[in-house]
Amino acid sequence: MTGAQALVESLKLANVEHMFGYAGATICPAVDALANAPEIGYTLVRTEQNAGHMASGYYRVTGKVGVCMVTSGPGATNLITGIATAYMDSIPMVAITGQVPSHLLGRDIFQEVDITGAVAPFSKHSYLVKDANDIPRVVAEAFHIASTGRPGPVLIDLPIDIQEQELKEFHYPEQVNLRSYKPSVRGNDLQIKRVVAAIEAAQRPVICAGGGVFLSHAEQELLELAERTHIPVVTTMMGLSLLPTEHPLNMGMLGAHGNVYANKAVAKSDLLIMIGCRVADRAILSPAELAKRTAIVHIDVDPAEIGKNMKAAIPVVGEVKAVISQLLKRLEKRSGGEWLEKLQHFRRQELTRPLPSREGYIFPGTLLRALGDKLRYNAAVCVDVGQNQIWACKHLKLGGGRFLTSGGLGTMGYSLPAAVGVKVAQPERQTVVICGDGSFQMSMNELAAVSAAGMDIKIVLFQNNILGLVHQIQSTPAYPAGPFGVSLDGSPDFSVIADAYGIQNRTLSDEAELDEALDEMLSSEGSYLLICRVHPDATTND
Amino acid sequence: MKQTISVLVENQAGILNRITGLFSRRAFNIDSLAVGVTDDPAVSRITIIVDSGNSEMEQVEKQLNKLIEVIKVRTLEEDKLIGRELVLVKVNANAKTRSDIMTICELTGAKVADISPTSLTLELSDTPDRISTFEAMLRPYSIQELARTGMIALQKGSGKI
Ligand SMILES: Cc1ncc(C[n+]2csc(CCOP(=O)(O)OP(=O)(O)O)c2C)c(N)n1
Repeated sequence: MTGAQALVESLKLANVEHMFGYAGATICPAVDALANAPEIGYTLVRTEQNAGHMASGYYRVTGKVGVCMVTSGPGATNLITGIATAYMDSIPMVAITGQVPSHLLGRDIFQEVDITGAVAPFSKHSYLVKDANDIPRVVAEAFHIASTGRPGPVLIDLPIDIQEQELKEFHYPEQVNLRSYKPSVRGNDLQIKRVVAAIEAAQRPVICAGGGVFLSHAEQELLELAERTHIPVVTTMMGLSLLPTEHPLNMGMLGAHGNVYANKAVAKSDLLIMIGCRVADRAILSPAELAKRTAIVHIDVDPAEIGKNMKAAIPVVGEVKAVISQLLKRLEKRSGGEWLEKLQHFRRQELTRPLPSREGYIFPGTLLRALGDKLRYNAAVCVDVGQNQIWACKHLKLGGGRFLTSGGLGTMGYSLPAAVGVKVAQPERQTVVICGDGSFQMSMNELAAVSAAGMDIKIVLFQNNILGLVHQIQSTPAYPAGPFGVSLDGSPDFSVIADAYGIQNRTLSDEAELDEALDEMLSSEGSYLLICRVHPDATTND
Repeated sequence: MKQTISVLVENQAGILNRITGLFSRRAFNIDSLAVGVTDDPAVSRITIIVDSGNSEMEQVEKQLNKLIEVIKVRTLEEDKLIGRELVLVKVNANAKTRSDIMTICELTGAKVADISPTSLTLELSDTPDRISTFEAMLRPYSIQELARTGMIALQKGSGKI
């Protein structure tokens, strides 16, 4: 058995069912072995970065580690943004890169780059394999490391001669045991008791839930915790869709771009229970100020997150799912009282507040509200970066579906490839992309992957002909020169682009047609591009 | 404040890169760093001296712990550690100055590692402070070359990390 065959055999044993990739000379042996493994599906991306985003979307709806495989040199460097995007959102991923022959490493030969060195700051771990006999162990470890503790991307760099080397013996370890890697699972019992006491004593408690709840598959536990204690829940961007938008305890997203009353709830709380979130700068602007007024409980699997951005009075290190279950064993029912009623009142006002409209244009918030009402209960919505993202965070109504976006790195172009990853895993699931005309142009080449697989993805494109969010920032007094370098002049006619890929489309500029247009899109067969004309002066504060 | 961190790691390629990367990303300057295998050939001990505050150190310790190859991390308390550094110094020496230099050696416990008609190469293992004093004493004789290893350290007493 060759190294390449050992790789594919190991991937099968790791239960890999699909990979996203782009071939090149140094990965050819592995691709050849993959060709003989019909059990593993394969999607050819149109640029390697998107293999990372597809693997991310795939994981986020299945819970199965996403896998991508690219060639050395430019293939590997193109993948870097995909890896960094996954790292910032703690998405488990195994990235396999081809590499030049091991005896030529370090000579700067054709298509050699030090990819393990390059990704060190934003990967959970990496391997440069120097002996094919190590491949089964390395693959098993990579999947274990990627998916346990605080998940993240792991890279395996495979020189071509190692892919061709004959193994002495193939042995895939049933269990991985790394003496230096033992993530905590259960929370410390003493700390759990302190949290319970703090909750019982609190008058105005708030739960702040983040992406860690999804990563730990603790959505049910969170819901039970909130419903039993009637504690209002705010989420970070990565925690959006943990609770249905209209759940009576859901107060929306906090942060600079969040819902007004989510921030008010946090600011007025006397106990903030942070679960699986890291409250980065976009979420809480001045953590030190807040910590002075509010007692803080911080539950996270990564001890390094606790105390990094915010001092916690009661830190609990452990898997979110395990810790919430421990809490549920001890917590009694309690009522939300006046605190909750007040917040609910304001929340209702915010969700139904009238939105602005301009003739000849669509206000994205209006469309997103209407879209939310029409989506299937478990729809997956992949949202890009920019104003479109913030509008979606604020206005898109979700039932039991998933909201997928690049929260940590804010990588433009994430939404379409992420949707492809979702569709590969769950072809029946209603999948919608929301993006701006800048972000769409960063990855619209993946319409080829969509067409090749005959996928059914509904794309809502907000066309304002500018890099909207940057334009909005440049329009503030901080930048006296005003908007510069943000006009998207020269963009193609997107309907012609859609036609070229054989994708149905429609251009919308009248809000009166909005309902009917959304119905048409959602009931159409196959993919659909809905091009919405958005006024360049529409902002996320409207 | 100078802090001494002792790190036990799996003896694998690339780990040093990951560790130093971690420090440079947080703009921490490493004063010295010494690496060597332990009694277990699969394990290396890295002793790092950095200048930083306590809360920053806590974060560095946690980040170090996150590296997969890191087995243990401990910040050693100043008064509870034995720290040693080795210096090699080549100093100008002729018939006139040689005996003065030898007196300095006697006083500090330094040894002569090599001798030539115009120079002496001396070695001394001691605490970083005393090494610095030794260096200052030799400077008037004109130092040609000097190499310090950076401090290695263990905890005092029978405890271990
Ligand atoms: C890869 C990448 N480059 C640049 C940025 C900076 N950036 C953030 S939002 C934005 C504008 C996005 O424009 P568009 O996709 O048209 O969306 P809009 O804001 O107009 O909704 C830019 C350039 C980024 N987040 N990602």
